[in-house]
Amino acid sequence: MEKIYTKAQDKCKLVKAKPETIQFLLSYSKSLKITKTKGMTFESNMN
Amino acid sequence: MEVKIDDPVLISRYINGDERALEALIERHNQRISSFIYSKVNDRGITEDIFQDTFIKVIRTLRRGAYNEEGKFLPWVMRIAHNLIIDHFRKNRRMPMYKGGDVFNIFSVMGDEKLNIESQIIKDQIDCDLTGLIEELPKDQREVLIMRIYKDMSFKEISENTGVSINTALGRMRYALINLRKIINENNIVLTN
Repeated sequence: MEKIYTKAQDKCKLVKAKPETIQFLLSYSKSLKITKTKGMTFESNMN
Repeated sequence: MEVKIDDPVLISRYINGDERALEALIERHNQRISSFIYSKVNDRGITEDIFQDTFIKVIRTLRRGAYNEEGKFLPWVMRIAHNLIIDHFRKNRRMPMYKGGDVFNIFSVMGDEKLNIESQIIKDQIDCDLTGLIEELPKDQREVLIMRIYKDMSFKEISENTGVSINTALGRMRYALINLRKIINENNIVLTN
């Protein structure tokens, strides 16, 4: 009987981050404000 | 025909305030980065979390003007993701999370250290009974037993406090226990928890 030498491809699953996650990142980026003053950097989130 | 804009151009546009450039960068590398994270953690939820944390770091670094790896955007993001995956496993080793399922429920073999109300009432009752029994012991034996059991003192400390030798203190403790057992047996007292 012929043997079929194939392996399960489970480990190569292609995954993508959800649109909600991407939307969150874009909103985060928009609300992030960076202020540089006297050699110091301040981050603030205008949410 | 769609023109593909290179990563360094998109990065530069994003640093200059073009939010769409960030969207393009995320969309472009979404699958590769997500698949990389998933191949390590094997959980969709954790993959989403690490992906999100990775890009939060990317955004902060770019916006602070601290990015200086022109032309190597993807390897840089992959390295951030890789470090976050390591952090995730380190954190999980300190605080492993067990999930219960239909077949096996972790709470069937695991409980908290605290006694339930019934056991606590029984324990309080036993403690109360024992206190009464200890009162029946001769003073010298009672003194040693209380110091040893309730005050957690060593026999050296007991001998120093009572002014007797260690051997005498050991002997008094032994007799205290023998007498306690005798009182319990003679009066048919049941002490269980």
